Amino acid sequence: MAETQTLRLQGVRKAYGVGTVAEMEVLHGIDLTIQKGEFTALIGPSGSGKSTLLNLIGLLDHPTAGQLFLTGVEATGLDDADLTRLRATAIGFVFQSHNLLPAFTAEENVMLPLLAARGRPDKDMQKRAEGLIEAVGLTPWSSHLTNELSGGQQQRVAIARALIMQPALVLADEPTGNLDTQTADSVFDLLRKINLESRTSFLIVTHDKRLAQRCDRIIELVDGRIASDKVNAVINPE
Amino acid sequence: MKQLLTYEWILSTRFMREGIMQTLLIISGVALGVSVIVFISALISGLQTNLFRRTLDYQAQIVIRPPREVARSLRKSDVGLQATLVQPRAQRLRSVDQWQTVSRMLEKMPEVEVVAPVVAGAGFVIRGDANKAVNLTGMEPQSYLRLIALEKQLIAGTARVGPADILIGNELGHDLGVGVGDKLILQTASKASVTLTICGIFDFGNKGINERSVYVALRTAQSLLNLPGGVTTVEVNVEKPFDAELVAQVISAQTGLDVESWIVLNAQFFSALQAQSMSNFIIRFFVGLTAALGIASVLVVSVVQKSREIGILRATGATRNQILRVFLLQGAVMGLLGSLIGSFAGWLFLIAWRGIAINADGTPLFVIEFDPMLFVWAAVGATLVGTLAAVFPARTAAKLDPAVAIRG
Ligand SMILES: Nc1ncnc2c1ncn2[C@@H]1O[C@H](COP(=O)(O)OP(=O)(O)O)[C@@H](O)[C@H]1O
Ligand SMILES: [Mg+2]
Repeated sequence: MAETQTLRLQGVRKAYGVGTVAEMEVLHGIDLTIQKGEFTALIGPSGSGKSTLLNLIGLLDHPTAGQLFLTGVEATGLDDADLTRLRATAIGFVFQSHNLLPAFTAEENVMLPLLAARGRPDKDMQKRAEGLIEAVGLTPWSSHLTNELSGGQQQRVAIARALIMQPALVLADEPTGNLDTQTADSVFDLLRKINLESRTSFLIVTHDKRLAQRCDRIIELVDGRIASDKVNAVINPE
Repeated sequence: MKQLLTYEWILSTRFMREGIMQTLLIISGVALGVSVIVFISALISGLQTNLFRRTLDYQAQIVIRPPREVARSLRKSDVGLQATLVQPRAQRLRSVDQWQTVSRMLEKMPEVEVVAPVVAGAGFVIRGDANKAVNLTGMEPQSYLRLIALEKQLIAGTARVGPADILIGNELGHDLGVGVGDKLILQTASKASVTLTICGIFDFGNKGINERSVYVALRTAQSLLNLPGGVTTVEVNVEKPFDAELVAQVISAQTGLDVESWIVLNAQFFSALQAQSMSNFIIRFFVGLTAALGIASVLVVSVVQKSREIGILRATGATRNQILRVFLLQGAVMGLLGSLIGSFAGWLFLIAWRGIAINADGTPLFVIEFDPMLFVWAAVGATLVGTLAAVFPARTAAKLDPAVAIRG
């Protein structure tokens, strides 16, 4: 069913430096489908193209070949304004670090995507931001500037921000990469909890085998190709 | 007010507050430039008005005379080349032909404000043994006093001269030891003479004029100068002084008379005006350029520093145009704030200057002309300059590739 399909890639390729001597293809034809509500880990050695793939899915970059469908909408050929709109409504991002704008408080950071979409602040957007700040357990910190928060707290703010537009898919590129094990665990638990409650799909790049084992599905990327794509036997036994 | 609170506005004000030191420095720079502009402009326009007033206070804008008498060669000119010495003829005192008709025609022209017939010539004033050469002007007060700001320069008596009255300058009064109500004998080269009562004393702030100019009634001058019913010049002021030369040319074409405007008579004055306007323009240009470069450089640095944040904003739904406006707004706000502070500072400076730059007698050393519209124009201009200066950095920010910006 198209509507249960959050994401579909068909033969997606990406080369950098096209037309120069340094031209190099990084992704060699990726076919991939993610269903609504799936909680997926993307693993693979450094330089295998994980971040590149996430950027393509998040419409931050254009594939050199292939097709990409987000919530049933084909992204190929859209202009920048349409891409921005589709990205804003369909995708939430969490990056490894330095996700937030230091000039704004935690709650304001969460509001920013909705403010960009609506143009002006309103009561509803503030309520939604407050709700998300509460959901990530940061209510006491909501009016603090982000550099007063710990690394784990900053990632929680980034997660709340990624959710404010109620996206179909959250892309997280090593969201716990900069955190100690205990904090990483709790941030990961938060992602999982949101996934189970809201049926939002997640695609999470991680180096942490332990965390990958807690996902529904594990995709391994090696040298720009999908080397394996398995339903996680540990939590989904036959 | 709420309507102004947009995404772009919120981001740009936060960004400026975040780099408050740079923001304040650049705003002070713009303010300094604007205060210099305000001050210099007030000084120059004061100077110009002063010059303008001094020139037009005792000079009609257009003067119409009889056509000049030219010397003509008597021999026919088709006999080939001839060496003829032609000497210019000395100009007699003559009346403007049919000056009443000319005056009536001029009064009907829409550009014309006032027309005054004048009889001017040379004479002597005699008081006891003292005897002084003067330029005498005969006029009709009801027209002439609208032409020339005589009444404004009056320090005693009245300027409404009657047939037996004379109006003199303070220097002449001082030289002869006379005041209002005293009598003088006025005599001309044709030996005509008349005894007149001083009805008023003026001070044009110009020694030559105060010493040599006297005013009498038109008829008195006509009989003294032996020009019964005639006038030596018809003098005109127009609605717009700077159009005087155009009007003069029209009059000359229509009447065939010799017509001169104050613009031609005061060519030097106009080149001085132009030089001042030019230097004013150059100052504004360079202040504007400096402000623009300052604002642009601060924003270029800010875009580089914030490129990751810009990438994140783009990833979280900001369009290219929103990013563009965030930076354009910063330029506009810095320009506007700078100009407001600068205008205020310039104004304070002017007030202080007024207190300091005074003559010994308490009159201001320079007349300072202060046009409040200058504030409005400074604000508009600086906002525009700020916005233009922000175009390059703003476009750079808008064009950032978010994937690259976030990767760092
Ligand atoms: N903007 C870029 N220009 C050129 N090469 C790039 C660019 N981004 C990534 N690469 C290259 O593409 C390959 C994949 O990088 P990346 O997607 O970051 O891998 P991963 O996230 O799996 O470590 C690497 O060899 C990297 O050097
Ligand atoms: Mg990576």
